[in-house]
Amino acid sequence: MRSGVVIFPGSNCDRDMIVAIRQITGKTPIKIWHKENNIPSLDLIVIPGGFTFGDYLRCGALAARSPVIGSIKNHISRGGTVLGVCNGFQILIEAKILPGSLIRNKKLLFTCRETTIEVQSCMKNPFLSGLKIGECLKIPVAHNEGNYFAPKDLLKQLKEEGRIALKYSRQKDYENNYNPNGSIEDIAGILSNNGRVLGMMPHPERAINHLHGGTDGLKLLSNCIEQIIG
Amino acid sequence: MEPRSQLLKINNNEYLAQQKSKIEDALEMGLTKDEYNLICKKIDKIPNMIELGIFSAMFSEHCSYKSSKKWLKILPTEASHVIQGPGENAGVIDIGENLAAVFKIESHNHPSFIEPYQGSATGVGGILRDVFTMGARPIAIMNALRFGTADLPLTKHLVSGVVKGIGGYGNCIGIPTVGGETNFDKSYNGNILVNAMAVGLAKKDRIFYSAATGAGNPVIYVGAKTGRDGIHGATMASAAFTENSTEKRPTVQVGDPFIGKLLLEACLELMNTDAVLSIQDMGAAGLTSSSVEMASKGSLGMNLNLDLVPTREDKMTSYEIMLSESQERMLMILKPGSEETAKSIFDKWDLDFAIIGEVTNTGRLILTKDGFEACNLPLEPLVEDAPEYNKPYEIKTDKKVFKPSDLKTSLTIIDILKEIFKNPNIASKKWIWEQYDSSVMGDTIFANGDSDASIVKIHGTEKKESYGKGLAITTDCTPRYVKSNPIIGGMQAVCEAARNIASSGAKPLAITNNLNFGNPDKKNVMGEIVGSIKGISEAASFLSTPIVSGNVSLYNETNGKSILPTPVIGMVGAIEEVENSLEISAKLDNVLIALGQSHNFEVGWVGCSIYQEIVNKKYDGAPPPINLEDEKKVIEILLELNEQKLLTAAHDISDGGLLTTLCEMLFKYNLGLDINLPSNLINCDSNDPLLQSWCFGEDQARVIIATKDIKKVQLILKENSVDFFILGKTNSTSNLNLKDITTISINDIKKLSEKTIPSMMSMEQ
Repeated sequence: MRSGVVIFPGSNCDRDMIVAIRQITGKTPIKIWHKENNIPSLDLIVIPGGFTFGDYLRCGALAARSPVIGSIKNHISRGGTVLGVCNGFQILIEAKILPGSLIRNKKLLFTCRETTIEVQSCMKNPFLSGLKIGECLKIPVAHNEGNYFAPKDLLKQLKEEGRIALKYSRQKDYENNYNPNGSIEDIAGILSNNGRVLGMMPHPERAINHLHGGTDGLKLLSNCIEQIIG
Repeated sequence: MEPRSQLLKINNNEYLAQQKSKIEDALEMGLTKDEYNLICKKIDKIPNMIELGIFSAMFSEHCSYKSSKKWLKILPTEASHVIQGPGENAGVIDIGENLAAVFKIESHNHPSFIEPYQGSATGVGGILRDVFTMGARPIAIMNALRFGTADLPLTKHLVSGVVKGIGGYGNCIGIPTVGGETNFDKSYNGNILVNAMAVGLAKKDRIFYSAATGAGNPVIYVGAKTGRDGIHGATMASAAFTENSTEKRPTVQVGDPFIGKLLLEACLELMNTDAVLSIQDMGAAGLTSSSVEMASKGSLGMNLNLDLVPTREDKMTSYEIMLSESQERMLMILKPGSEETAKSIFDKWDLDFAIIGEVTNTGRLILTKDGFEACNLPLEPLVEDAPEYNKPYEIKTDKKVFKPSDLKTSLTIIDILKEIFKNPNIASKKWIWEQYDSSVMGDTIFANGDSDASIVKIHGTEKKESYGKGLAITTDCTPRYVKSNPIIGGMQAVCEAARNIASSGAKPLAITNNLNFGNPDKKNVMGEIVGSIKGISEAASFLSTPIVSGNVSLYNETNGKSILPTPVIGMVGAIEEVENSLEISAKLDNVLIALGQSHNFEVGWVGCSIYQEIVNKKYDGAPPPINLEDEKKVIEILLELNEQKLLTAAHDISDGGLLTTLCEMLFKYNLGLDINLPSNLINCDSNDPLLQSWCFGEDQARVIIATKDIKKVQLILKENSVDFFILGKTNSTSNLNLKDITTISINDIKKLSEKTIPSMMSMEQ
C-alpha cells in the first residue's frame, strides 16, 4: 500500500490523516508538497482538511491552482484513488474534479460536532464497498463551508449515476439538527464519475480510537484501504 | 489629540529624529510628568519623538507592570518541576519523558471591546506565538470570557464577534480550542474580558529563550510585513475607556491566521536545526519591546537599520515601524553562517526574512532610518528604570454571613433549578463551543465541559498498554467572591482550578494567571489587586502549583465604573495514562457520592451564591470560606481513587451548588436518581430555606464522584477520614427524585439549559 498525503500552506489535518493511515497500514504515507508536479505512483492520495491559503478568495480556490493538482489529475486519469476530506473536498470541487459547490453553512456559523452519516446505495467504489448500504457511522465535522449544493440537473445526474455516497442521517424522529450545514438532500460526500474519487465533509481521521468517542472513522478508512489493496 | 495622527502627517524621518520632545508629548503618550523628567535624567538628554514613543511603550502598564510589580513578586514561582517561571514568553514545566508543557494566558480586553472579531482573533494569535516562540508546538487553546448583561444588544454583538474571532484564528491555524469559561455580569457592560490561553509541547532540552547572545550576531526579522495597524496598542490597553473609545479602532491589530500557521511551521522547522540562538515574538509594542527585551536580557545592545524592515505601506516613519503592532512577526538572533539555511525555510513558506541589524556590546539601542540616527538610547533605563509604584490600597471585605432563613422565598426547588439553568452563566455553552474546532490534531479526549478540565493526549507518548500521557487544562475565577473578599476570592480561584484538574483525573501542576482589574489609582481596586494576589499566593503555595507565567490587565473601567475583579487562573495538570481521565457524566448504576460533604448537615453557604442572586435579585455577603487543608484532602483522595480505577465520573461542586452539579452529571446519558437526604431534611417542604441551602449552597472543597464499587470507595474514604455523603444510585428513569418532596425531569432541565444561549443569541428575542 503506497499512499501520500498532500500538504498545502494552511493544511492542518495532514498529521492527523498520516497518523490514521499509519495506524491501519503500519506504513507512513509520503508527504506531497503542493509545489510538486511529479509525484511517484501511489495507490491512494489523500487531500486532508485545513484552511489552504487561508481559504482566501473561496475555500480551496487557490489550492486548486497549485502545481500538484495537475499530478493528481494524471493520477486519477490512470485510475488512481483520491480521498478529499473537508477542505480536501472543497479543493476537489474547485479543481473541477468533483461537481457542485460547497457554500457557507446554513446557520452561517462554523460547526464542530459529531454527525451520523449513512452509507448510500451507490456505484462501485473502493471507499465504501465493504460497508453495508444503510450502515450508519458516527464521524465528526468541523467546517464553515460544508453546505453541498448542486443544481437540479446535476443532482438528478448524480443520483442516476449512483454518485451520492454519504448522507447525514436522522437518528431519532425528533432530531431536526442532524444535518450540520444544510446541504441539499443531506449530502455529506460524493463520488467522481468513475467512482475512484470521494469527497466528504466529515473527518474520519478524527474517529480512530475509543478515546475519540468512537472508531467509525477507522472503519471507513480501513475498509477503503482493504478495498484498494484488494 | 492623538500623537499618532500628528505624526502621520510628518513623513520626514530627519525631522522626526531631530525633533526634541516636550512634556506635552509625553502626557499625550500616557506618561506622567515625573516619568518624563526621570527619562530625561536617566538618558541625560531630551528624547526625540521616536525615543519618547519607545519609552512610553516600555513604561506602559501593559509592558512594565508598574502598578502590580511590587505585588507580583509575592507569587510563588518555583518548584522542582518548574523549568521556566515568569519573565519569558511563556512558562515551562517538566512533565516527564523529556517533555515540557509550555503555557501562558494573556488578555486582549480593550481591543476586543472595540473590534470583537479582530481583537479576540489576535488575542489567540498572540498567545500562540508566545508558546511557539519557546520552541513548543501549541496543542490546545483555552479562553476565559466575560461579557455584560445577557439581554443587551451590544452583548450579543460582542459575544458573536468574540466567539467568531476565537474560532476564526484557532480553527484556521489548526489548534483545537478545547474549553474555557464564558460569564455575564453587568459590570462588564462597557469593558468585556477576553483572556486566551495556549498550551504547547516541547522537548525539555529544546526550549528557546529570548536573551540575545554574541555581539556581531545577525538580528533577523521574519513573518508578516509591518503595517500601520495597532500603533501604540500597548498604551491604549493601559488606559481607561471613555464613551469615545471606539474612536481607537485604528489601534486594534488585524490578525491573519494563515500567516500565523506558516510562521508556526517555519519557526518550528528552523528550530529543528541549530540555527536559532534566541527568539522573541513581536507582541505588545512590537519591534520596540522585542528588541529592547532581547538586548537587555542578554546585557547587550542592538543596532537596527529600519530601512531593512519589510513594510506593507510606503513611507512609514521610524516611529510607526517601532510602535506598530502588526501581527505574525518574530525577531531572532541566528548563529552566524546559518542565514542561508534559515532563509530557505522561510522562502519555502513564502514569508519575509530580513537581516535588519546586529547584536552589539554597547548596551544601547541604536536605530537608523533614511541615513539618520532615529534613536540612540541606553537599554538599562528602558527596562530597569520603569517605575514601580506602591499605590495606596484598601482591602475591603464583606463580612456579613447569611443564614438560609435570611433568604425566605416562595420559589420551589424546581423553580430555582429552572432559574439556574436559564442563567447563561450556568447554562450549556454548546452554542459557543460548536463554533470552535475542538478535535483537530486528533488528540482531544475531553473538551468543552465534557470533563471538569479539558484533556488532550500527548502525541507520541503512546505505549503498548496505554494511549499515553495527557494534559489537563482549566480556566477558573468566580469574580463575585473576589469582589466580596479579594483574598478568599483569589484562593477560591486557585482551589476550584485544582479541584477541576483533579476531577478530570489529573494531578494539578502549575498556574498561569490573568489578573483583570479596574483602575489601580483607586484604593479599593488596588485593594482587590493586592488581596487577590495574596489569596492566590497562599493557595498556590499550599497546593504546590506555582505561577509560571501570566499577564496583568488594569484600567478595565468605563466612565469611572470598574469591572468585577477577575483574577483568572489557568491551570495545567498531567495524567500518566490518558484513558484514566474522567468525564463529568455518570453512567447507569453508578453510586454518586459527595466528597467533602458532611453527613450531619447543619447549614449550606448561601451568601454570594447564584441561589442568593435568584432569591434576592442580588448577591452580597461573605463568600464561602476556603479551608486549604480540606481542598488538598479532596484533591488527594480523588487522585488516589482514580489511580485505583474506582471512579467512572467526577464533577466539582461550584456555582449553583450540589443539585446543579448533580443535574449536569445526569444530562449526557439521561439518567435518574432517587436522592438520599440528610435525616433532618426529609420532612421539609420544597421551599424550605434549610433544604434549599443543602441543594444550592456553594460550600467549597466538595466534589461529586461516581463509582461502581461503593464498598471499596467507602473503605478508602473512611481510612482517610474524608467527609462524604452517599447521594444514591443512578437509574434509567431520567427523574431526579428528592424523596416525596419533588421530582425533577432531567430531560426538561437539559433542554432548558441547551436553549438558554441560543435563544439569547437569536434575533427573534
